[in-house]
Amino acid sequence: MERSTLQAINAARAARRAAVVVTDLSDGVSQVFLEGASFPPKWDSLIVEALRSGRAGVVAVEGRSLFVNVHLPPPRIVAIGAVHISQALAELAAVAGFDMTIIDPRTAFATAERFGAVELLTEWPEDILPSRPLDRYTALAALTHDPKIDDYPIRMALEAGCFYVGALGSRKTHAARLERLGQAGVPTEAIGRIKAPIGLDIGAASPAEIAVAILAEIIEALRRRDPTGRVGGAR
Amino acid sequence: MRNEQLVTNMSKEPNILDPLEVAEAWCSDGRKVALATVIETWGSAPRPIGSHLVIDDEGNFQGSVSGGCVEGAVIAEAMEIIEFGIPKILEFGVADETAWRVGLSCGGRIRVYVERIDG
Repeated sequence: MERSTLQAINAARAARRAAVVVTDLSDGVSQVFLEGASFPPKWDSLIVEALRSGRAGVVAVEGRSLFVNVHLPPPRIVAIGAVHISQALAELAAVAGFDMTIIDPRTAFATAERFGAVELLTEWPEDILPSRPLDRYTALAALTHDPKIDDYPIRMALEAGCFYVGALGSRKTHAARLERLGQAGVPTEAIGRIKAPIGLDIGAASPAEIAVAILAEIIEALRRRDPTGRVGGAR
Repeated sequence: MRNEQLVTNMSKEPNILDPLEVAEAWCSDGRKVALATVIETWGSAPRPIGSHLVIDDEGNFQGSVSGGCVEGAVIAEAMEIIEFGIPKILEFGVADETAWRVGLSCGGRIRVYVERIDG
């Protein structure tokens, strides 16, 4: 492998950008392909599949033996609101292998005592997100149902192509939210990606059960996402 | 606290648990480096496909391609690959005498691709 190839792989990983490395085992030549780019037609389907599944392996293409390696950014959850549901979600997220960050400007909610080891940022989303941008491997769960806090990160998450955008709130709250976002110029198609009411419909009642429903919905969105960024999104 | 974290992220020290970061850092230091990658597994294998072990020409290494079972053999092969630059596929398994000797006790089989980092 060329050193420049290694550097390209590491740069993609540092930027939280998915990368596929195709190595021709007969001549040792490696090439790096980044998510969202266009791929050589003969390799297109195998690269797209590798990005979707995250699975590495040896494949034969046109009589050549290729090793396909995949470097996906670790998925993470950003929760807006240091609320009771977030406390349960933080514990579940750790078990399921997600990094998690909680953002809430309200100092009474965002305390270490309530959240222990999880990363807790006592900041307004407007202030913190520019330096901690959302990305395609981030799930955003807006849990304050306060427009002052939730609306901005929801818009940023839609813009960044987060693989999941969920928002807590009753149907009435959500209807008002849709109207605000529409008036703020967010495209209808993007607004349609917001999962609300948040979480899979399993009849969840307690904060912990709602956290389970949210995490399940996040996992579904992650595993069924469209990696190409060409159309659609999570089904 | 956040500032401290940012500083840590921006530092040039590689994460020693990340073989690809280590490989790049070692190259920058002018060390000769080989990269070993698990490319196929059968049965019970301790490390998944895509796992890396990085080795320098003095036999220093970071990462893993098994649970410590065959690293010794991979490192020995890597010395030659670092010298001549010709990549090689190594296979370890229960049917293989070498594997018994170096101890892939889990009963699985693995193929490991070893290449030199050039340039």
